[in-house]
Amino acid sequence: MAKYSLSINGKIMSVEADDDTPLLWVLRDNLNLVGTKFGCGVAQCGACTVDLDGEALRSCVLPVSAVGKRKVVTIEGLSEDGDHPLQKAWEELDVSQCGYCQSGQLMAASTLLKSTPDPTDQQIDEAMTNICRCGTQVRIRKAIHLAAKKLNTK
Amino acid sequence: MDFMNSRRNFLKVSALTGGGILFGLVFPSFETNDTSTALADYMPNIYIKIKPDGKIVLMAPNPEIGQGVKTSLPIIIAEELGVDWKKIEVELAPLDNRYGRQTAGGSGAIRGRYADLRKMGAAAREMFVNAAAQIWSVSAADCIADDGMVIHKSSGKKLSYGELASKAVTMQIPANPTLKDPKDFKYIGTRITDVDVHSIVTGKPLFGIDTRREGMLFAMIARSPAYGKTLGNVDDTKARKVNGVKNVIKLKNSVAVLATSTWAAKKGRDALVIQWNTTGKLENSSDHFAGFKEILEKGPTTVGRNDGDVEIAKQKATKVLDVYYEIPTLSHCQMEPLNFFADVRDGKVELYGPTQVPDQLRNDVAEKLGINKDNITVVVPRQGGGFGRKLMTDNGVEAALVSAAAQSPVQVQWTREDDMQNDFYRPAEMYRYRAALTANELLAWHQSAVGIGRGIRGDSYVAGAMVNYRSDSQGFNSNTPTGWWRAPGACTMAYVAESFFDEICLELKKDPVAFRLDFFKKAKDAPVGRLGYDPIKYKTVVELVAKMSNWGTTPTGVYRGFATWFSFGSYAAQVVEVKLEDGKPRVTKVYCAVYCGRVINLSGAENQIQGAIVDGINHAMFPKVTFVDGAVQETNFNTYNFLRMYDAPLDIEVKFVESDEAPTGLGEPALPPIAAALGNAIFAATGKRLRRLPFAGQL
Ligand code: FES
Ligand code: FES
Repeated sequence: MAKYSLSINGKIMSVEADDDTPLLWVLRDNLNLVGTKFGCGVAQCGACTVDLDGEALRSCVLPVSAVGKRKVVTIEGLSEDGDHPLQKAWEELDVSQCGYCQSGQLMAASTLLKSTPDPTDQQIDEAMTNICRCGTQVRIRKAIHLAAKKLNTK
Repeated sequence: MDFMNSRRNFLKVSALTGGGILFGLVFPSFETNDTSTALADYMPNIYIKIKPDGKIVLMAPNPEIGQGVKTSLPIIIAEELGVDWKKIEVELAPLDNRYGRQTAGGSGAIRGRYADLRKMGAAAREMFVNAAAQIWSVSAADCIADDGMVIHKSSGKKLSYGELASKAVTMQIPANPTLKDPKDFKYIGTRITDVDVHSIVTGKPLFGIDTRREGMLFAMIARSPAYGKTLGNVDDTKARKVNGVKNVIKLKNSVAVLATSTWAAKKGRDALVIQWNTTGKLENSSDHFAGFKEILEKGPTTVGRNDGDVEIAKQKATKVLDVYYEIPTLSHCQMEPLNFFADVRDGKVELYGPTQVPDQLRNDVAEKLGINKDNITVVVPRQGGGFGRKLMTDNGVEAALVSAAAQSPVQVQWTREDDMQNDFYRPAEMYRYRAALTANELLAWHQSAVGIGRGIRGDSYVAGAMVNYRSDSQGFNSNTPTGWWRAPGACTMAYVAESFFDEICLELKKDPVAFRLDFFKKAKDAPVGRLGYDPIKYKTVVELVAKMSNWGTTPTGVYRGFATWFSFGSYAAQVVEVKLEDGKPRVTKVYCAVYCGRVINLSGAENQIQGAIVDGINHAMFPKVTFVDGAVQETNFNTYNFLRMYDAPLDIEVKFVESDEAPTGLGEPALPPIAAALGNAIFAATGKRLRRLPFAGQL
């Protein structure tokens, strides 16, 4: 066990964990931030996606010891009141079905919009590789376009 | 049946602890065909709570697995009750016999509950109106109810349901409440967003996996690595040394490691040294398919239907089209890996987690632990998908056994690998389809099926429209377990039958849409034997999708495929469009017409259709399970391939046939035809007829 100070959602949080513990389980079990989901554990499904210094990162394969000073944003920290343009677009288009994959989808989308404020369909195809068994992809694409519009007309 | 007048049917109103009021209706269960248990099925059902502060809570009685019933069932109550949807709250009901059948399966929740939930809402509304009328000393006929208020029309006086609650409780229960005229519906048929969407997009703890309780231990379980192997010697020395591990428990054929975190439990589980003994056959998928082929060549033994004489027709034919289709084993892969929380102490059991059959789970746990059902509570949170996996109760039962042995509250968490190796799979199948043809006529249709488990497969819609029709099938023994997987049976048969139909159209040079319409006309005008569907409804959806897609006027560079299927009471017809990108087909657009009676929530209904189409494209294109010596080779999403954004259609256009009929199934019916529609489009684009799923490796 070692002590780590992590920057999560704008706060410094300290945790005690084995150094090989994936960030995912530190978030879920140590910090009770359960919005970040487990789906595969092998960086395939994207359910565990968080924002690490502005990039989408699959937290199931990042050991806590490798996080360092980088800033982590989870779904709980995406916005103060759930009013990020993506969250609003998701609600407006009733994107989710079971909802389980959606926090990961939103985090992947939010990092996409950071680097690419008005993504093309092709850029969405490349960035959004998360799995959704319910099949919400068609609305996810539309919601990203809608959120981009909201962002850019702000 | 006028069941409101039956002696056992009355509206039950009772005071809630804390001063609220609860309305419930007593009515016979509507989903049992077993008349011998009819008496026991007269069960009370409780759906509406008025809290002391006047807040109205509607109960959603069936598990929410992503099919939208936590939203759509309360919409039905809200409609008749006359409340403002924006102001009500919704709760998932706990397991309670008074709610009747609390199952998520068979596309049955709305089908089963529509009529009763309407009556229940209407009866409660009349009680509020009567209460207000008494207070004001006016006639109830001069009052109206809307948005949670009763209004006296001439004076404009108003009282809210909250204010009326204590009076309403003393009102006589209406024997025959007047239902709304559907043309006055305010919510039913409109677009209503999922009640949990805000919690979902803000990452609130909604799911079983999010359970965190005081003193809870996290558990992972080592289960057999292959079908045919059982537990032998266990050495847990290393596992017990892992930081955070608290306990190791040996079950009948598995070993549980309990720890203070999920990661510690996993590390402990992985540190177990276990000898697995081979005690059964270690099976291979390749042997399954070789066995299937042998059976199909000989001819399956069980005859499902035999109209006319297909053999004579084959002799008369100028050509017999004789082809085999192959369907691989599939895993469920709901996104939320299985898990369950259990607390078994002092003869009491608390269960909390994902299941599609909470009642069955309670029965199974009662039996396994020898604890009376009355001492077992089951609460089911929102679930990260179901697809039939959780019609089996193994995850809940196992958690209860671990908790009982550990005498501790426990959350058992499965990894994706655990889910893949310990599933109740969609069975592998093989089909042999034969058509007796002349230059321009289909004389006979002969379909044969074999698959792991069940023998009997259904009939396609050509049954009843063909003079010569035969279906036969046979089951295949295997120790690889099978179960229900979204649209069981229909999901694979539709692929084969509708692809084969396309093959016949090509042989006969017929338009696939026109040729199907011919069939429905024949089925209507001169049915042969029993008809398992309504040909007019079939015709309606086929014509609608043809219109939506402008069938017959394909734009250049676009290739199309068509298919249609009837399942779970509903009709779906689809046109898939593909383009070639680097020589490979990419799905760009799907059109879907659906006949499912009245639509309750247009938004949720569209989502179900779009979702089923994407799900169906995924499973037609990418994943398959392969057994080698009883072990699943595809252990996670790095080998069990799944569709990504690029592979999903850019757009899916859905239209529902307008209907005043009671709603029929919606969670499953759009899935069966899509694999064939896609395969037919791929054929149009590439000239390759794909008779084996999944398609991806063959393109
Ligand atoms: S859980 Fe991390 S990518 Fe699937
Ligand atoms: S919404 Fe269910 S997995 Fe994506």
